[in-house]
Amino acid sequence: MLLGPALLLFAGFVLLPICIAAYYGLFNWSGYGSLSDFTGLHNYRLVIDDPVFRESLLHNVIIGVLSLVIQLPISIAVALLLNRKLRGGSFLRTAVFAPYVVSQATTAVLWLLLLEPGGSVDQLMKAVGLGGLVQQWLANPTIVLYTMFAVLTWQFIGFGVILLLAGLQGIPPELRDAAGIDGASAWQTTRRIVLPLLSPTIRIWIFLSMIGSLQVFDLVWIMTLGGPADASSTMVTYMIFFGFHSLEFGYGSAAAVILFIISFVFAFLYQRFALRRDTAGALTRAVR
Amino acid sequence: MRRIGLALPAGYLVALVIVAITLVPMLYVILGGFRTSAQINVSPTGLPHPWVWHNYQAILTSGAFWQNLGNSALIAVVVTGLAVGLGSMASFALARYHFPGRDAWYLLFAVGLLFPANVASLPVYLLDKQVGLLDNWLGVALPEAAFSLPFTIIILRPFMRAVPGELEDAATVDGAGRVTFFLRILIPLSRPALLTVSVLAFVTSWNSFLLPLLVFTTPSHFTLPLGVATFQSTYSQDTASVFAFTALSMLPALAFFLLAQRRIVSGLSGLSGSMTG
Repeated sequence: MLLGPALLLFAGFVLLPICIAAYYGLFNWSGYGSLSDFTGLHNYRLVIDDPVFRESLLHNVIIGVLSLVIQLPISIAVALLLNRKLRGGSFLRTAVFAPYVVSQATTAVLWLLLLEPGGSVDQLMKAVGLGGLVQQWLANPTIVLYTMFAVLTWQFIGFGVILLLAGLQGIPPELRDAAGIDGASAWQTTRRIVLPLLSPTIRIWIFLSMIGSLQVFDLVWIMTLGGPADASSTMVTYMIFFGFHSLEFGYGSAAAVILFIISFVFAFLYQRFALRRDTAGALTRAVR
Repeated sequence: MRRIGLALPAGYLVALVIVAITLVPMLYVILGGFRTSAQINVSPTGLPHPWVWHNYQAILTSGAFWQNLGNSALIAVVVTGLAVGLGSMASFALARYHFPGRDAWYLLFAVGLLFPANVASLPVYLLDKQVGLLDNWLGVALPEAAFSLPFTIIILRPFMRAVPGELEDAATVDGAGRVTFFLRILIPLSRPALLTVSVLAFVTSWNSFLLPLLVFTTPSHFTLPLGVATFQSTYSQDTASVFAFTALSMLPALAFFLLAQRRIVSGLSGLSGSMTG
């Protein structure tokens, strides 16, 4: 009845694909002809044992950890700044958020243009006396992952700021005022009152950011194809490269299932233990 | 405000830096489209001198850009319609009726939120291949709609649940059936939430890259993100045109964002509110 059509669509295009992938993963299959070469769990084992896959997973983890230690503090700081009555505040919010609405594909091309060797970023750095720091941003294997992270930060910082700003605005100003009357300094108020009350929002940011870190693809694919020498590969670029482009669909399916399990276990554990914990009556909970 | 003195000017300085970092690259690309490749090669950071219009003109009159734009729009509209149409029906059932397994069905959709669409791309491609939806816009639109259902239902259900039962009773007394109540009362009352989920579904579809990349092989079927990436790799020698194409592909998203800013922002915070609830 009412639930039926949605359920059908969801089952057909979300649940079914992952089930058939789990099945295809058991075969050595190029995508053409019948599934005849049954290899059991061989593909799954190959993926897990592949040093390139492990390196890709490590890159996802590095991006996730860097997001936590770099993007989060910046987002909090900018959100705190914008939460004050700054003239031009709404323009600032729009400006910070703008890169987030541009597609990752467009962002990738934009930064390809800017980061070209001898291009505008290099020129700008030379102009302000940082010429010595100029790198082969996309060709140097030790730098490229961090270049990717910087571009991801450019694109997603606004998302964190907007989310945290919404959280901040859910904190009643009376609480700050009361702390001020009791003689707390601005820093103490922020540290002891605002940040703890913001923590549910922060946990949601972490959750969304981790899910995002696990599925990084567009940016890396367009800018480097995961190279040079797999130095910027991620789990999804791995799956597309070794499953789709090499026409190893059995292998790719196995990789997809493993990615699914990794994302799912992570998201499930995080939701179970971090998100549900403190939500009853939290001040930042959306009132509907 | 008590904190004056140094804090405020410092705040403006930080704000200025933020604006420079976020907006200057975009502005630079837009301006780059008004230069020639020669100008860009000689001085990457310079301003257009003289201003040339032909990069933009060529793209706007060539057809490929409009085709990409049209494909993206078609898919995003269908995805939004399907996700919000089917999602609101399902939310209605899950919010206001008691039937066996209701919570389990809801949980099933909620769990879908934990399944990143990019991770599912290859399996979805293989499914499309089996059912003959490759190089077909439905092969992108249907899966994207399916992947938009979880957040649609998670945001809509509490909204529909909050509509008082007395209203439904009154409607029933007046002779309205379930369908009438749903269409004439519940849907109008849920308008803000419906707008929010529509905007989220539209933007997600509009920006998606990986699934269209796998499914489409005919260039005339490409969506805008795919078109940008293809244009860049095909015309990489003609830097100025790449600048112009990139700039043009940003504009619809930015314009839409300026119009729907409040919806997008409330959608994101609404989603996070629902996740903790």
